[in-house]
Amino acid sequence: MSELLIPFEYDYMLRAMGISALVGAVAGLLSCYVVLKGWSLMGDALSHAIVPGVVLAWLGGIPFAVGAFASGLLAALAMAGLRGRTPIREDAVIGVVFTGFFGLGLFLLSLFPSNVRLQTIIFGNVLGIADADIIQMAIIAGVVALVLAIRGRDLMLSLFDPVQLVAAGGSPGRMRVLLLMLLAATAVAGLQAVGAVLVIGMLVTPGATAYLLADRFGRMAAIATVIGTTTGLAGAYASYFLDGSTGGSIVALQAAIFVVVLVFAPKHGIRATRRATAAAVAEGAA
Amino acid sequence: MHGLAPTGGTSLAVEGISVAYPNGHLALRDASFSLEPGTICGLVGINGSGKSTLFKAIMGLVRPARGQVRIGGQPVQAALKRNLVAYVPQAEEVDWSFPVGVRDVVMMGRYGHMNILRIPRAADHKAVDAALDRVGMSNLAERQIGELSGGQRKRVFLARALAQGGQLLLLDEPFTGVDVTTEEAIIDLLKALRLEGKIILVSTHNLGSVPTFCDQVVLVNRTVLAAGPTERIFTGENLLRAFGGALRQHSLPEAPRAHGPLEAGHVVVLSDDERPLVMAPDGRVLGRLTQDL
Ligand SMILES: Nc1ncnc2c1ncn2[C@@H]1O[C@H](COP(=O)(O)OP(=O)(O)O)[C@@H](O)[C@H]1O
Ligand SMILES: [Mg+2]
Repeated sequence: MSELLIPFEYDYMLRAMGISALVGAVAGLLSCYVVLKGWSLMGDALSHAIVPGVVLAWLGGIPFAVGAFASGLLAALAMAGLRGRTPIREDAVIGVVFTGFFGLGLFLLSLFPSNVRLQTIIFGNVLGIADADIIQMAIIAGVVALVLAIRGRDLMLSLFDPVQLVAAGGSPGRMRVLLLMLLAATAVAGLQAVGAVLVIGMLVTPGATAYLLADRFGRMAAIATVIGTTTGLAGAYASYFLDGSTGGSIVALQAAIFVVVLVFAPKHGIRATRRATAAAVAEGAA
Repeated sequence: MHGLAPTGGTSLAVEGISVAYPNGHLALRDASFSLEPGTICGLVGINGSGKSTLFKAIMGLVRPARGQVRIGGQPVQAALKRNLVAYVPQAEEVDWSFPVGVRDVVMMGRYGHMNILRIPRAADHKAVDAALDRVGMSNLAERQIGELSGGQRKRVFLARALAQGGQLLLLDEPFTGVDVTTEEAIIDLLKALRLEGKIILVSTHNLGSVPTFCDQVVLVNRTVLAAGPTERIFTGENLLRAFGGALRQHSLPEAPRAHGPLEAGHVVVLSDDERPLVMAPDGRVLGRLTQDL
């Protein structure tokens, strides 16, 4: 029993669990917007596209978050620029750009195979994070949460009914850019918790799970945030025993919750819809 | 225009606009018309004639390559900032499974009146309650929007426009997929709004009901073919020009004489949907058909 409490006795574990929970919470909240916008692929693309920026930032001696953010935005610009200018479909454009960026990132990384800090950032190991990086992550998470607190309602309206946002004097185009920037920023913060490959899980799964459980945006946001927080905390905790595989445990835990909800959700779960269909058919036959 | 217009309302002027989409399609060419406060205007044209495009131009969603739209003498952006323009979307443009409730949607009409945090105040809640009450949706206010019937869905978005309190109301195909009772309820509401001095622009290809509630008509087919008072514009000749081959024409040579005042062989029925229009040979509109042929 006392063995299970050991992680709480180490400062570095407390910090790891705290930052994972914080990043999980913010990514969970943002995932609602990503899911409702239908931007899972875009999120995946962005989170891979930040990798070369991390390596280049390390080479140039600037904070890795700055490099990552810049490279994410560059990829987003490339995708926006190509869309409409070529007959290639959007998903192919996204696929080409993000694998291109990710490939470049892995190539750059392979030039410095022994750099533990880079490996940590890109493949995610919340137990090995430097203090300075924890501060960066906390600042990013705080800023994203603050921006959502202020602009979240307009952002939601731009997803539901962009024309109404225009009628209210707002700009859907600006909201699109805002969501893109929030996505890039959160991907940067999530990178160190779960790694570049898995960060998209944190940016989609909680929102998708909450969507099945809620008929109101506020409730959906609350549920997704709670899922993100608890899985972030639990994943970091478990990684103490699993020897460093934080990303895997956080995202696998989220996926497990999703599967349970997918089947058992009271209204939109598979069992519930099947029951409702059967009841309707029975009623029709009676 | 029709005597009831209170002074001080907002006018609408569409001045020679041409709109091209990025793919090079010229959807509107040199389209002009203008409306005074206290008017219900029908925007009539076939599918693809540019009705929605005209709405988009009035809301500043597409920028005309030529010409301009003035609302109350101001450019569109200024009018939007003052919450003057309210719109009711086409049903197929709404994601009905989106996690929002009826009250949330109506509250969206108040966003332009709130501060940047969009936190509703007492006045906003009051306006939402009043709007819900006016369309008879108060008892369904807590439903998720996907749980409503077609007519109820339309009412929610009407309530949102009411809560916003704009001077110019744009309704894109409000009668599509709506039962006759709801259609009549919507029309009554629009007539009441006309008395309040608002301009109501309603796009429709439902010809039968146009003469029953529109005082002005704008006929579109990639431009404004004709615009003005319904009696003058809504004639068989003009409609054939606007609709071309898209209208089904039924002449009734074999109709038995016993069937009321319409003389056999002299009547034309025009329809492109479920509520056909009946016209005399000289193009006068006689009314709408209530029974199928
Ligand atoms: N976003 C768009 N891009 C290109 N063409 C468009 C776009 N939207 C509409 N169109 C074209 O413009 C024309 C007018 O469309 P629209 O205004 O929607 O007509 P309506 O509302 O009268 O049915 C149609 O030919 C349509 O195909
Ligand atoms: Mg249309």
